[in-house]
Amino acid sequence: MGETILTMSGMTKAYFGVKALDGVSLDIRRGEVHALMGENGAGKSTLMKILTGLVKPDEGEIVFEGNSVQFANPQAALNLGIAMIHQELNPIPEMTVAENIFLGREPRYPGTPFVNTKKLEAQTRQLLEDFQFRAEPNTKVGQLSIAQKQMLEIIKAISYQAKLIIMDEPTSALSESEVKTLFQTIEKLKRQGVPIIYISHRMEEIFAITDRITVLRDGKLIGVRDTAELDSDGLISMMVGRSLDAIYPKEDAAVGGIVLEVRGLTRRPYFENVSFAVREGEILGIAGLMGAGRSEVMRALFGIDRADSGEVVMAGETVRVRHPSDAIRHGMAFVTEDRKELGLVLSRSIRENMTLASLSKASKGPFVSRSAEAAMCDEMTSNIRIKMNRMEQEVLTLSGGNQQKVVIAKWLLTSPKLLILDEPTRGIDVGAKAEIYKMMSKLAQQGLAIIMVSSELPEVLGMSDRILVMGEGEIRGEFARGDITQEQILECAIGGGRIA
Amino acid sequence: MPNGMPVNQKMVVRDKGNSSEMMRKYGLIAILLVAVIILSIVSDTFLTVTNLMNVLRQVSINGILAVGMTFIILTAGIDLSIGSLMAVAAVIATSIVSHDPSAVGWALLAGMAASGLLGGVSGTMSAKLNVAPFVATLAMMTIARGIALIYTNGRPIVVSSDPFKFLGQGYVGPIPVPVIIFIVVTVIMAVVLYKTKFGRYVYAIGGNENAAKISGIRVGGIKIWVYVINGFLAGLAGILLSSRISSGQPNSGMGYELDAIAAVVIGGTSLFGGRGSLLGTIVGVLIIGVINNGLNLLDVSSYWQQIIKGLIIAGAVILDQRAKRNG
Repeated sequence: MGETILTMSGMTKAYFGVKALDGVSLDIRRGEVHALMGENGAGKSTLMKILTGLVKPDEGEIVFEGNSVQFANPQAALNLGIAMIHQELNPIPEMTVAENIFLGREPRYPGTPFVNTKKLEAQTRQLLEDFQFRAEPNTKVGQLSIAQKQMLEIIKAISYQAKLIIMDEPTSALSESEVKTLFQTIEKLKRQGVPIIYISHRMEEIFAITDRITVLRDGKLIGVRDTAELDSDGLISMMVGRSLDAIYPKEDAAVGGIVLEVRGLTRRPYFENVSFAVREGEILGIAGLMGAGRSEVMRALFGIDRADSGEVVMAGETVRVRHPSDAIRHGMAFVTEDRKELGLVLSRSIRENMTLASLSKASKGPFVSRSAEAAMCDEMTSNIRIKMNRMEQEVLTLSGGNQQKVVIAKWLLTSPKLLILDEPTRGIDVGAKAEIYKMMSKLAQQGLAIIMVSSELPEVLGMSDRILVMGEGEIRGEFARGDITQEQILECAIGGGRIA
Repeated sequence: MPNGMPVNQKMVVRDKGNSSEMMRKYGLIAILLVAVIILSIVSDTFLTVTNLMNVLRQVSINGILAVGMTFIILTAGIDLSIGSLMAVAAVIATSIVSHDPSAVGWALLAGMAASGLLGGVSGTMSAKLNVAPFVATLAMMTIARGIALIYTNGRPIVVSSDPFKFLGQGYVGPIPVPVIIFIVVTVIMAVVLYKTKFGRYVYAIGGNENAAKISGIRVGGIKIWVYVINGFLAGLAGILLSSRISSGQPNSGMGYELDAIAAVVIGGTSLFGGRGSLLGTIVGVLIIGVINNGLNLLDVSSYWQQIIKGLIIAGAVILDQRAKRNG
């Protein structure tokens, strides 16, 4: 391993008073593959955004190749040779391989605006040969596989004389054999002395190809280790190692009869043969990795997507749910994962959003009674405190936490027997989080059955009476509250050796 | 993520946006008033009862179309076929009264039923078969025109029925009948939009179709009904036009969709759906009508009138964009 090429030290960045990064340092040596690890929200992406010039740090110094540098914009970072291969690739499908690689810097006939196609092709062919990339320069990029597109991005980065390459979840869309090809490319880059910062949730890959690991948690540097020194247990505990705080006010609620029973629910290729039950007063946590099929199960259950097969029993009665209106009629409510895309009509008022799913209750025939509607809203806002100026203000103008409360209020107004919460606290501040937990606890005590899908393990452990772990479209395990640790959940979810 | 933004700061910023929206709403009415005041000063004839009634009569057909179009655009749709739907309704209604001059009710019903049905076909194409409304109604525009031409063999149907002519040419006291019909349509549709679940769902679908569906709204059905209603209103407007010119012309109504869309857009309804009002549309209709009338009174050539109308549409949209950016 060579000398240090990059040193980031004391990197601090706060968003509106919340520190996303707090004095983090990172050093990268020539020819190493360096893993950057941490849970969602640990600060990995902020750190990489600083390194690629997308975000300016509040404090801290970057030394690259011995010079102290500051990046005014992404182009400045790219010019110095720092390139990032993004999770979502965006080459232009209608253009050829050669055109994509040299986009914006095509070789021209001297003194003319015309592209020297021959030279373009020759240069591209050379690059492709270097990487044993089996495609013609004039192949349309749209015809390439995802792995090939990714390779193309890497080649493009190399052609920019990249001195440091960042790969963010590069294998998330690749098949096993494609991963192998990628690893060969990484080996080749290593031999050329180009270091790689490698971000991945997949444990096996980390141990297969990285030389050193930097772990972040809650915006702080937890440690730097040689990969050979660590095993996966050690790494996981570095990543999660925090205790459950007092923000989970889960109180015991009397658990009653079964409200919902799902038998053999299947929707290929997302999930298969999913069976579970929830009881009155119970909070059922569903943990798992992204893409495990958790949200997809909930969507099918609620009639948003059509399931291939399976049975849904609500309150002892087999029901057919073909549209969300069926689900609502049978007493289900669904606080979706993405408030802006799926939960709210941002351009309408708090009032209109709150009553959207229960408007019939405020109506006589086709006509909405404004006084009945106002009464419903008043009752709800006396329970759920939403910080607002007036009921008529657009939901768009509320903060994330208050928007989420509007969504929850909307669903509580349908008087559900079962409340499904998908990532209920994503992107909201700690205060609002605690309020939502308190609300969940209270609702369970009132006899509501609650399903909570969450990727935040402390939340799952802190709030659930029972925990299901899903992985790759199936239920991998079921645990009672207190019987399981974060590490065990991760192990169960990973199964094949992958980690969230 | 900027979700940690303090609530207060965000609210202050946003409330400025809200007030600028109010400004633009009243700004629109102010533009109308300014136009009226200027025209009253520069022209002796503008501010007379006869002329004002004239303006209202002239805008009533576009007004009825624009009311229907407002519903369409609120769902983030568009209907380019209404000119052709007008012709279909007109030729069917006039053919009925040419056989039985007293059958005005049947003429209205049959004509509007036909145009409503064709509107429903466009709506079904867009809501159930995922054809973009622009394309679905573009197709319907030529299909319906063809239907009108086939039905009449390309020849106009002359109307001699006095009760039928009364619809477009009659007066109740000083008020032209089309104006009364326009007002009644507006009131009914305002009740539908602001007082019913249906109206609420129209806004919700236009604002966020996915959220509307998950909230249990039958999005497809509501959309189809919006196109049916718009078809009815286009038919009504087409019949009024045929009554006014005493003939059912298979080529009538061409280009009327553009004036209707213009009125809705000037009135501040967002082409992306979910935002807008009937009041805005009515003001938009009046602005177009008053300016047309004023330019006529001032002897401005009709060629120049086209340019001026275009400038007003562009100006309204630019104003809208700025209001949005501030919000």
